[in-house]
Amino acid sequence: MSSTGTEPILQVQDLVKHFPVQLGVVFKRTVGHVRAVDGVSFDLRRGETLGVVGESGCGKSTLAQVLMRLEPPTAGAVRFHGEDIFGKRGKDLKALRRQIQIVLQDPYTSLNPRMTVGDIVGEPFEIHTEVAPKGERRRKVQELLDVVGLNPEHINRYPHQFSGGQRQRIGIARALALRPEVIICDEPVSALDVSIQAQVMNLLGDLQTEFGLSYIFIAHDLSVVRHLSDRVAVMYLGKIVELGTEDEIYNRAAHPYTQALLSAVPVPDPSVRAGRQRIRLTGDVPSPVNPPSGCRFRTRCWKATEICAEEEPALEVRQGGHHPSACHHAEEQHLLPG
Amino acid sequence: MTIPPPLDAPLLEVAGLHVEFRTRDGVAKVLNGVDYRVEAGETLAVLGESGSGKSVTANTIMGILESPPGVVTAGSVRYRGEELLTATPERRRDLRGENMAMIFQDALSALNPVFTVGFQIAEQLRTRRGMSRRDAGRRAVELLDQVGIPAARQRVRDHPHQFSGGMRQRVMIAMSLALDPDVLIADEPTTALDVTVQAQIMDLLAELKAERHMGLILITHDLGVVAEVADRIAVMYAGRIVEHADVHTLYSNPCHPYTHALLESIPRVDTKGTQLRAITGLPPNLTRIPPGCPFHPRCPMAVDVCREVVPALALLPGGRSSACLFADELVTR
Amino acid sequence: MTDPASLGTAGPLAEASHDLVAGPAATTDGPERPRSLAADAWHDLRRRPLFLLSVGLIAVLLVLAAVPQLFTSVDPSAGDLARSRQAPSAQAWFGYDLLGRDVFARTIHGTRVSIIVGVLATTLTVLIGGSMGLLAGFYGGWIDGMLSRFADVFFGLPFVLGAIVILSTFRESVGAGPVGITALVVLTMSALSWPVTMRIMRSAAIAARNQDYVRAARGLGASAPRVIWRHMLPNCLAPVLVYATIALGAFIGTEATLSFLGIGLRDPVVSWGVMISEARDYLRVAPFLLLFPAAFLAVTVLAFVMLGDAVREAFDPKGR
Repeated sequence: MSSTGTEPILQVQDLVKHFPVQLGVVFKRTVGHVRAVDGVSFDLRRGETLGVVGESGCGKSTLAQVLMRLEPPTAGAVRFHGEDIFGKRGKDLKALRRQIQIVLQDPYTSLNPRMTVGDIVGEPFEIHTEVAPKGERRRKVQELLDVVGLNPEHINRYPHQFSGGQRQRIGIARALALRPEVIICDEPVSALDVSIQAQVMNLLGDLQTEFGLSYIFIAHDLSVVRHLSDRVAVMYLGKIVELGTEDEIYNRAAHPYTQALLSAVPVPDPSVRAGRQRIRLTGDVPSPVNPPSGCRFRTRCWKATEICAEEEPALEVRQGGHHPSACHHAEEQHLLPG
Repeated sequence: MTIPPPLDAPLLEVAGLHVEFRTRDGVAKVLNGVDYRVEAGETLAVLGESGSGKSVTANTIMGILESPPGVVTAGSVRYRGEELLTATPERRRDLRGENMAMIFQDALSALNPVFTVGFQIAEQLRTRRGMSRRDAGRRAVELLDQVGIPAARQRVRDHPHQFSGGMRQRVMIAMSLALDPDVLIADEPTTALDVTVQAQIMDLLAELKAERHMGLILITHDLGVVAEVADRIAVMYAGRIVEHADVHTLYSNPCHPYTHALLESIPRVDTKGTQLRAITGLPPNLTRIPPGCPFHPRCPMAVDVCREVVPALALLPGGRSSACLFADELVTR
Repeated sequence: MTDPASLGTAGPLAEASHDLVAGPAATTDGPERPRSLAADAWHDLRRRPLFLLSVGLIAVLLVLAAVPQLFTSVDPSAGDLARSRQAPSAQAWFGYDLLGRDVFARTIHGTRVSIIVGVLATTLTVLIGGSMGLLAGFYGGWIDGMLSRFADVFFGLPFVLGAIVILSTFRESVGAGPVGITALVVLTMSALSWPVTMRIMRSAAIAARNQDYVRAARGLGASAPRVIWRHMLPNCLAPVLVYATIALGAFIGTEATLSFLGIGLRDPVVSWGVMISEARDYLRVAPFLLLFPAAFLAVTVLAFVMLGDAVREAFDPKGR
């Protein structure tokens, strides 16, 4: 996919984001906390794609919001080139904005319906006036449209005149405008039709090579994540339960949750359906307001024992394993057919 | 059954169905000749992207097509040989629920939020089967139990919003099964669900289908789900069936360029690919479907004749069919 | 690699599915014709008879207000007691009032004040309520709490009671000139009505604040004024503007109510409200004194309400 350097560009340490659950109108009292992100650590290296995968409610989208500094963190640190991003204010923060950008999920709500495509893609230049002098902006916007595979002449059109896939390209052009080093992709293809998904995924891949981007690629679709990612973090109820290279996660998954996910993903090949090993989880994801004690997955885990309720497993390389997983009973297993 | 089923009549058959949406901005030709059939005990997957007409076909079968703007301009829908499109509204209402039922993608909006789920299931049994309140209530518990809702006896008293997404989908399945239909149409039943829950629901549907010997029509855009559960597949594009085959044949040897391209373009969880072979372009606008084969603007094989001739869904050796002029060349076995 | 050329030229027509679900909306031809939402609404409005009718009526009223001399050369305040309460005739179409003034001339001249009061009160209401609502919706938290409670105080006052209190308190201090009392009436109506606009704007702003495009703009480092001005305001304005057209008609009616109660405008200002108020004692003997200004008032209110209705429908994307 890309030349993966070893130098970490973004370091996330024990990141926590809790949302208070409040009751009352005038006098609000806090009755609990949604532990959306609850102690997440990882490194993002230059030029690599880190996939973050998990089911709804696992905290992956909140993670994106906090990394973008759209939400303040409850605790923890994020360093970009060694500098704490949460300490930045004013000019420094604005400079940081140029380096980390986001592509959002829904191409229908992520573009202001009352602005033309030229205004949308050109807005970064209006905010960061130092990037491009006024006279050059229009040309730059047209270049960007061309880069993402849109007709540069469509600069005066409105978002509703484009299809979902084309709108997502506009969103990508906007994120690309300031030439960031990191782009956070929050479910960028999940709202698109099957035949359009591939176009957008290929575009993201091409742009990475062309501009040396690092991606944090957040998605619930394990196939999409595998396709684009160099390394993958699996999240469950606000925590990373397993972290490894694409090969380690997909071919040698150690955490029972990752294994259950992999065995549940449908494979578009009917010849393997009879012979596939299936793990069927029962029940639903518990509430992030009151997560289970110890290991959060234990209520749905077939391997759970007493220790799982008592002691929270750390994300570390386990005996006999090669990559970190947060399970007392971790055991590498190959689950996918072939 | 009031009318004796004719011999050999398929359980459900759609033939030559044409539907238009007539709106102020023009006529959208949503269905342009759809043919498929489903037999008892089998799963037919109807595969297509949004706008391909897969849901409109289902709504027409059920008699819940929104009209206006939808107008059936030609074709027939037959249940055990009985024509439904010309049947009286009363007859169609009798058939709905009792003989054919449908479940939807969004269970939350398909259930009434102000009544308990138990009441909603029991209500059908009381009005349609004349069951007493008690019996209907007991049957509702049984049904919820059958679809795998834990503590069904307590949960009948809950309202839809008190269930999680997966459980709510189970409730809807229980409700659709209350009157023992022979045909169950599932319209994107797992699209809104997480992958682990999706697997549970697909397992449940397969199990119920086998147990009750129902015909299951599974409408979806997900090639993975189809490969896991379908017996036969009808691929739709721009309001037409473009390919129809049994699941193994279709995946190993697609013989319509659209099916072929779709299979090539999706990322797979079991392999790490490099570049995906994306299909260029966009699906056509249904108010202005291109002349000839509707797929020709995006087709790598298209030649001049494709722009002029609308290929019919033609039978090929092995009981499969394809609506491509060059289907013969694509069949390798 | 994808094929940019084919994608770029594929045109705006791909959303077949969405169009079908939402009904007709398929973008019409003319691949190079950019149409904003407002342009779409305009396109839609031009074909509505209700809209055309109301616009026609309002146009006539505006001309009446601007140049009443075109329609009558009679001085509206020239009275001759000899023709007091004379019924309509060829000479005076609407008859003469108690002081023998031409009712037709007074009705025509009254249009200006009625319209001015309506427009000014609406503008003020939208400006005050709109900006407070936008700020409350954007910032949320304690700012929202404070502004909302403040609005609730005004909202809780019964309109008529509030108007009586304010008008009777300040009536003497504005003097007898027409400008002073008109301004006081406008301010009173705005002060008691802005909370409605604020609530509409606030809920639109809260919805807009959570939209992804606002998030994306904040992610780009856009300042709060920029987010409010470029992203929130254009997307929140529609419901408020729609309310404004309806409110405009209502304000003209309210002015009449206040005059009728004897606390609004008064002689020498001529407005429909003043005329209706003067006519109340002679309803039995000279019903035409009430009929003509009341008819003008009713038609005007109706025209603005119809306009509001048509605009609301045109801007509602679900309606298309």
